[in-house]
Amino acid sequence: MAEPGRFRAELVKGIVAENPTFVQVLGMCPPLAITNSVLNGVVMGIATTFVLVMSSTMISALRKLIPNQVRISTYIVVIATFVTVADFTLQATLPAAHHEMAAFIALIVVNCIILGRAEAFASRNPVGLSIADAIGMGTGFTLALVLIGTVREVLGSGTFFGMPVFGPSFEPWVIMVLPPGGFLVLGVLLLLFAGIAEMRKRAAERARAQEAGR
Amino acid sequence: MSDGASAGGESLRLVATLTVAGLVSGLAIVLAYRWTLPAIRAHQAAALERAVFEVLPGAERMERRVWDGSGLAGAGAGGAAGESVFAGYAADGALVGWAVPAAGAGFQDTIKLIFGLEPSGARTLGMTVLESRETPGLGDKIYKDPKFVGEFRGLAVAPEIKLIKGHGEAPNEVDAITGATISSKAVVRIVNQAAALWRPRLPAPGAEPSAAAGTAAAAPAAQVPPDVERGGPVPGGKPGGRS
Repeated sequence: MAEPGRFRAELVKGIVAENPTFVQVLGMCPPLAITNSVLNGVVMGIATTFVLVMSSTMISALRKLIPNQVRISTYIVVIATFVTVADFTLQATLPAAHHEMAAFIALIVVNCIILGRAEAFASRNPVGLSIADAIGMGTGFTLALVLIGTVREVLGSGTFFGMPVFGPSFEPWVIMVLPPGGFLVLGVLLLLFAGIAEMRKRAAERARAQEAGR
Repeated sequence: MSDGASAGGESLRLVATLTVAGLVSGLAIVLAYRWTLPAIRAHQAAALERAVFEVLPGAERMERRVWDGSGLAGAGAGGAAGESVFAGYAADGALVGWAVPAAGAGFQDTIKLIFGLEPSGARTLGMTVLESRETPGLGDKIYKDPKFVGEFRGLAVAPEIKLIKGHGEAPNEVDAITGATISSKAVVRIVNQAAALWRPRLPAPGAEPSAAAGTAAAAPAAQVPPDVERGGPVPGGKPGGRS
């Protein structure tokens, strides 16, 4: 549908360069609410990616048929449908994981990454590129959830994926699995991401200046 | 968009778009529901059965019994969900005990649990949580902490169960989970209420002597490892995690 270079660029950009959580700072509810264990992060990431890919495909395919005035309502209907399907599927396949975060699965509907990608990308790009964009953004979101979940679970419960990582003498930092822990970890990681981006920018500028001075 | 129709035609198009979207969406949801329902039902039934056998150790077979106002009838009658118990039988047909489902307010949301009672109704045989949204890492210890769950094996319900901080010695005492006092309290309250409701309803155990109070088989204090109760300065009174 499009040249492979463009496809790859749309696929990759969501993972680090335009990471929805750490760079765009969109859809911040799940990264705060469900990341007290790695497993929750993985399941939420996969469910969100599924909804993102399906609704982006649908919206991109129908983009010329949806009248401009009702586009947002139509997007919401499409997104809510896929969230409900994901909810049922999860309930049927992974009842334990669904049990852990039932309310948050339904709340994927209001995750603004999904509506954001629909409005900013899928509604004005062909299906192939929209799928690439959705997969990239979904992967970036999943990685962010897993990263936050790892820090919080390891420090807050002393486990990783439920397996103990420290000796029995480890005293868990209970605050990490509580809501404030989410804010703390997210804040530190945002700082880290912004710092790395800034350092890279400076390095690039310095390189350019050297190039020019020579 | 290109036909430049009148205002009426344009709104009709908007309405039509949303109608079609709603219809297709409704159809998709119904299909997904129909398709996943058997698996979801099977999971729920399996989870309930697992829970019944978990709280009635030694039971091999279970039967649902419905309270009809004067006695326990077979499951044929149907009855409301809160008004039935499960009888567990061992392989030789002897009654192991009664599994009593119960629910009540927890810290975040309703806690649904099920606990086993001896045929006499004097002691619990086990307890497991069916559904809860307690704070992960704290309140969820009401089912993830083996020590707390273990306390509900052989716990006397006759003077009602008491929640204490520290190490309970009496057969009706349960240690509160540090950092999850409200959730622990909720579990104890739910079990107490359901036990008080169901004990008079249980049929008198046939051959067995009903005076089981003196024969303390397994004191819960026997299974208290010293280090589990974390003595740190964790906020004891408030389990934190507002939502």
